[in-house]
Amino acid sequence: MHQTWTLTKRELSAYFDGPAAYVVLCVFLAITGWFFSNALFLQNVASLRSLFSIAPFIFLFFIPALTMSSFAEERRAGTLELLLTLPVRDWQVILGKLLSVALLLLLAIALTFVYAITLAVLGDLDLGGTVGGYLGLFLLGVTYGAIGIWASSLTRNQIVAFILGFAIIFLLFLLDKITDFVPAQLGVILQYLGADYHFQNLMRGVIDTRDILYYLSLTGFAFLLTTYTLAKRPE
Amino acid sequence: MIEVQNLSKSYGPVEAVRSISFQVNQGEVVGFLGPNGAGKSTTMKVMTGYLPPNEGTVLVDGLDIRENALPVRQRIGYLPESTPLYSDMITYDYLEFVAAMREIPAGDRAGRIRAMTNACGLHDVLSKRVDALSKGYRQRVGLAQAMIHDPPILILDEPTSGLDPNQIVEIRDLIRMIGKERTVVLSTHILSEVQASCDRVIIIDNGALVADGTPEELRSGLSGEEQVSITLLDGEEEAAEILGSWELAEVVEHGMDDNGESYFMLSSPTDIRAELFRLAVSHNWTLTGLNRKTKNLEDVFRQLTSS
Repeated sequence: MHQTWTLTKRELSAYFDGPAAYVVLCVFLAITGWFFSNALFLQNVASLRSLFSIAPFIFLFFIPALTMSSFAEERRAGTLELLLTLPVRDWQVILGKLLSVALLLLLAIALTFVYAITLAVLGDLDLGGTVGGYLGLFLLGVTYGAIGIWASSLTRNQIVAFILGFAIIFLLFLLDKITDFVPAQLGVILQYLGADYHFQNLMRGVIDTRDILYYLSLTGFAFLLTTYTLAKRPE
Repeated sequence: MIEVQNLSKSYGPVEAVRSISFQVNQGEVVGFLGPNGAGKSTTMKVMTGYLPPNEGTVLVDGLDIRENALPVRQRIGYLPESTPLYSDMITYDYLEFVAAMREIPAGDRAGRIRAMTNACGLHDVLSKRVDALSKGYRQRVGLAQAMIHDPPILILDEPTSGLDPNQIVEIRDLIRMIGKERTVVLSTHILSEVQASCDRVIIIDNGALVADGTPEELRSGLSGEEQVSITLLDGEEEAAEILGSWELAEVVEHGMDDNGESYFMLSSPTDIRAELFRLAVSHNWTLTGLNRKTKNLEDVFRQLTSS
């Protein structure tokens, strides 16, 4: 476990030594801040709903951007050969990378607590919806991160990794939006598979284990696919 | 000790390594020779546990690289061909990262890094970013990384490729020093490197093992005639006549060298230098040169791998 944490620290310092983490955090805060204050001041709506509805859209682009280098760059630079001949298991390497994305995500989300605190001071904060929304946002982000890391393990080209990760995540995001166009039975299945559907549930303040389980199993599945891809030792 | 047993590895339909078997004993420095694409790197990647073999196995101190992957990896230091450095890291941090991944206790890391700094001459670059280093320093940082946990076995894939002549000598000295206490397997296609630093040579070609032995054994196993050249100050015509009909050897070349002395290149199944000298004395020729052309690894290499 020590080694996994060592890897996580290396990944995090790579994010923070360069501009990547700062750009992502600043732009994330700027966009969410604009939507939040827009609703608060112009429409007189004291709610985090605007934050929770825009954040999944931002994640759609930002998370594949954060994860695109995770394995693609290691493959290109040849450091993958170092990592996978160190006395660690492949899954520890993947976990180290996923943890670093999760921690960066946690930081980004924690920074938006400012909005929640503002609301709590100014008026009534819907506690259930806020907790559910934040939980959903974190789970959604981690799931996207796991998918992005898998996409990155498939290629040595970061741009391909980004597009691939974005495409898969976008598909998951779309699934519950196309239920009107398919037969009802299929629609139910698609809705259940859609990433946004479960987020909407959590955002309503209903913390259902089914929704949590959905994100956890999808994360686990992407993790497993990454393990499988790495086991083949792509050149 | 490393035992490679009937190792085969293919990339899709391409067979990179075909049923190779060999042993590397403790404390040996073994050179891995072969033309580009012969399967040297692939064999090393399997030996370090990076690539899974299609068939066969590798045992390190009796432990299977697949079943006991982690203890085996702990015993091996590996420098891949591509020098695996994180370009966004400071040299010191990079070595610290590898040391931590190798489970060196936090208190010992600084000491190990200091030892590697001395061994590999990294004093000037410890606080520089890796992407600012020259190729020679990158290679040395790669070596430091491979040795940081003081492994009994070192596997180095082309440790001197891309270096200038001075750097090659430095790295070669370093390897020779390391090789005194450790088992080293290094691949190269520079033949003088093998002669300079290896106890044993393994030559592979087209994924198959074609030779395994000390450089001397390989040289003596070479087929072909001995070649001796002599240079004479006088008596050229007489010598041409006598040597031309000499029963011990055959003149393959005859002419004038740059100093205006005549030379003869003779070919024979055995070493005829003593007979040649006596022949010259008996005819009162002024002999200024008598050389046997020694066969070197280059000849061995060319003979074994040109097909």
